[in-house]
Amino acid sequence: MKYLFEIVCLLLLVLAFASTQVIGNQFVFFVGFVILQYVVMATAWNILGGYAGYVNFGSAGFLAVGAYTSVALINFLGVGLIEQFIFGGVIAGLLGLGTGYLTLRLRGVYFAIATLALAIILETIVAHWGYVGGAAGTSILPARKPELLGILIVDRKAGVFGNYKEFLFFLMAGVAIGSVWVARWIERSKLGRGLNAIKDSEEAAECMGVPTLRLKLYATTISGAMMGVAGAPLASYLTFIDPLSAFNLEYAVNAIAMPMIGGTVSWIGPVIGAILLGGAQQWASLFISSELNLLIVGVLLVVFVIIAPGGIVGWFKKSR
Amino acid sequence: MATFIDLLLNALVVGILLGGFYAALSIGLAITFGLLDVVNIAHPTILILGAFVAFILNSQVGIDPILAGLIATPFFYGFGWIIYQLYYNSFEKSGETDSLRGLAFFFGLLFIIEVGLIIQFGVDHRLVEAPYIGESANIVIGEDIDVAIPYRLLVAFVVATIATLAIRAYLTRTFFGRAVRAVAQDMMALRLMGVDPIKVKRIAFALGVATAGIGGALMIIVLPIEPSVGRLYIGNVFAIVVLGGLGSISGTLLAAIIIGVAESIVATFFGPSWAPAVSFGILLLVLAVRPEGLFGKTAGGH
Amino acid sequence: MTRILGNRVRVWLLAGLFAAAFAFSAPLATTAEAQNKDPIKIGFSMALTGALAGGGQQALLGIELWAEDVNKKGGLLGRPVELVYYDDQTNPKNVPGIYSKLLDVDKVDLIVSGYGTNLAAPAMPIAIEREMTFMGLFAMDINTQWKYEKYFSILPAGPDPAVGFSQFWFDAVKKFNPKTIAVIAADAEFAQNLKKGAVKNAKAAGYEIVYEENYNPKTPDFTPIIRAANAKNPDLIYIASYPNGSTGLVRALAEVGTEAKAVGGGMVGIQFAGIMAGLGPMLNGILNYDFFVPEPTMDLYPGASDLIARYQAKVKSENLKVDALGYYLVPFSYANVDVLGQAVNAVGSLDQDAIAEYIHKTAFKTVVGDVKFGSNGEWEQSRTLVVQYQGITNNDLDQFAKAGTRKIMLPADIKTGEVVPFNDLRK
Repeated sequence: MKYLFEIVCLLLLVLAFASTQVIGNQFVFFVGFVILQYVVMATAWNILGGYAGYVNFGSAGFLAVGAYTSVALINFLGVGLIEQFIFGGVIAGLLGLGTGYLTLRLRGVYFAIATLALAIILETIVAHWGYVGGAAGTSILPARKPELLGILIVDRKAGVFGNYKEFLFFLMAGVAIGSVWVARWIERSKLGRGLNAIKDSEEAAECMGVPTLRLKLYATTISGAMMGVAGAPLASYLTFIDPLSAFNLEYAVNAIAMPMIGGTVSWIGPVIGAILLGGAQQWASLFISSELNLLIVGVLLVVFVIIAPGGIVGWFKKSR
Repeated sequence: MATFIDLLLNALVVGILLGGFYAALSIGLAITFGLLDVVNIAHPTILILGAFVAFILNSQVGIDPILAGLIATPFFYGFGWIIYQLYYNSFEKSGETDSLRGLAFFFGLLFIIEVGLIIQFGVDHRLVEAPYIGESANIVIGEDIDVAIPYRLLVAFVVATIATLAIRAYLTRTFFGRAVRAVAQDMMALRLMGVDPIKVKRIAFALGVATAGIGGALMIIVLPIEPSVGRLYIGNVFAIVVLGGLGSISGTLLAAIIIGVAESIVATFFGPSWAPAVSFGILLLVLAVRPEGLFGKTAGGH
Repeated sequence: MTRILGNRVRVWLLAGLFAAAFAFSAPLATTAEAQNKDPIKIGFSMALTGALAGGGQQALLGIELWAEDVNKKGGLLGRPVELVYYDDQTNPKNVPGIYSKLLDVDKVDLIVSGYGTNLAAPAMPIAIEREMTFMGLFAMDINTQWKYEKYFSILPAGPDPAVGFSQFWFDAVKKFNPKTIAVIAADAEFAQNLKKGAVKNAKAAGYEIVYEENYNPKTPDFTPIIRAANAKNPDLIYIASYPNGSTGLVRALAEVGTEAKAVGGGMVGIQFAGIMAGLGPMLNGILNYDFFVPEPTMDLYPGASDLIARYQAKVKSENLKVDALGYYLVPFSYANVDVLGQAVNAVGSLDQDAIAEYIHKTAFKTVVGDVKFGSNGEWEQSRTLVVQYQGITNNDLDQFAKAGTRKIMLPADIKTGEVVPFNDLRK
């Protein structure tokens, strides 16, 4: 079947929606939201890092740009969640494009350091921007009863969703499924093949007539936009946001670690990595409740890169 | 006007001293990353390990932190030796040098060391005691113009400069040092000369990690330390090494001083909160215009 | 692109993983429900790792000591108290999930916040949605927007915390007849709020603000900042800083010196045992806020001295890696749960509305003195101490456990010393 993947995507979306209607235990949606956010982050990172071999150290910067775009829009226009997702993606995508232009000549580690520098500069700027709370941070009150096309979205009795977390979870599920679909599409398109050629050897790719410059710009833009979308609902999720939590190094670390553990060659790798590592972290933070939580990330990372160079997907492939 | 000159002079002096301190943090990375192309992102956290060794020896036995750092150096050399062996067996041996996997490996190492420190020492900030901490030399230059030199930064600067010059001399003057530099450029030639490149790399890597003994001691002299402080310096040390041009030891020292002076001037005249953005802004600009760094010789990356 | 798996396998794998993610916590709920329903569970998140862990671990011990005490006295409503807590890793992102877990899976009966503003604020929407009474520990002004009637803050800074926090400091420095002030603050949430309050207080007093700058929390050296401030010849230097900045600024003050009459105000960290001992004599003269110090007048707070003694003994005997003295947070984290516990016992049920109503109308006697809450959940009156460091001769920790090194300047009812100019206490 040609459209099997798309059908499964749709089914998963329906499943996500159904779960918000059926499951009463709200904890599911909190854990689900966090893990799905990681799915988007890992997938976005992998488009540039896995396909083209360009390591982005500054993922947290792109995510935070999405988050702070939302804050600015809420303060400025009082817009709803859907618009926040769209604008968060657009602004972070433009930032990605800019990063691409600025760092086009940089390869390997130079590119990685440049993205890290970019994230730090953005953090400093946001810390000075009083309108979005500056370094002190700001509280965000979600709209009481948001409506879309005349339909009451969130309300305990009459709304489509019983509360905000269910709504956020469902939106994030949609974004995650969409991101994975895009990543899979890229992987199978000319763009993906071109990026792969760049990863193998940029010079060779250029000789073969691959428009390396343009492809890299596509990749930085798409990847940046996805991260922005992942960050857009952060303010609504936390209801309080400051630069320290938005630019948290944890995002940058996980965005790299998850595809590495899952496998970087294919779209499924980051998804597996995000679910496994994100799940393990959630589990550990609740049941081990100590420093050992961080240790899990460290040990998993070291063990995986040593014994399973291609991540779980690569290991799976080898054993077949 | 006198006030302005006074501030400017002090900003310059403190900036240069601060640069020396930054150089001490970066010099090990200039070897492991700059020369050997091993992305040791755990270097700042290994520095924290060094800082804690200095803290223990200082608070338990009362040894001066610098001396403690010197005592720790051989152990860090051994530590580096082991890390490289593990790294080599896991990655380089198979022939495919995938820097991304190496990066992930050191990320993991970073977390393991950090958690080990938290379990052992907890998360409180630690300080050391030494007669030169909190004191300064005041040099009167003219009316209303005097330069205060904090001994704590002066010590860091002097030790860092000596270490940098020694490492530079070692790498340029000795046969082995030249072999290390050759590893970065032409492994084949080394083999023909009858030198085992792996052995050379192992020793050079261990040397890079060994600097964390003394670098960590300087770190806890200059600022209070807790296990996760290392992460904050990942950006700084990599920025300095890249800015200096990969593999250039004196370039690293110069780049560190440029960053130190830039931060100090910005902190004095434009507001301290812009300082980190300015140093990274310089880095981003330099990378965009001159990707090989300020003092690098080879063009564009790898 | 290499085909990694057959289409069908791939789809099943994906579906399976998603299903696993959705089913994640289903078994937890049943085990929790199967547990003994007898104890009263109090749930919270706490920073046990990460940047605020130093305070968080101290706060946790305070809460545990309270649970011990309460259980010795027969518990709440005749039922034993059980604490359920998770490490938020000083990461606000973990907080909503933790409170959902506490309420939905662990089915706790009461909740209190973790330590600090950005770790307490993310729990507010859940507390409001479930209509739970919510106690905030050292959270700055998080109820201004929500206006939640069942929120209560344990922060002795009065109805407008940002302003109330430095109110006594500005009262204390009046005797120097200052005209100008320099304000230095860390680029982070708590310090920025303190700065806003201090600027308001300074303007109200008619002082000219000659220098106002923020510093980045990872600044390694602070001498340029002190120099730049000194260049404007301020009569006062108000500092709102975090531990690393506090340490760096105290050292820079020792190295560069200043002619200002009063220095300090909102420096976090110089109340912690390790930092106090490490800085030693360099602290002399600093005029700073504090919450609890071992001065004789503090015996007015019933049970506080005893609590501190028990904490210190526990830390020593179990060789815990937390603050050795525990003045800063232990009494307050203890009071945080104590207020809630007193209310539960007085009301005689776990009815959240009744509990909140009782807390609103009652003046509590606690280890941090008399506490009365205003309509917005903040304290009716500021009780933030102003202390001046003095007589510190070496780096010995024991001297800080005795009276005399941090004398109380205000509030007046527990005052033990008089403010003197900064430089009079140096050398």
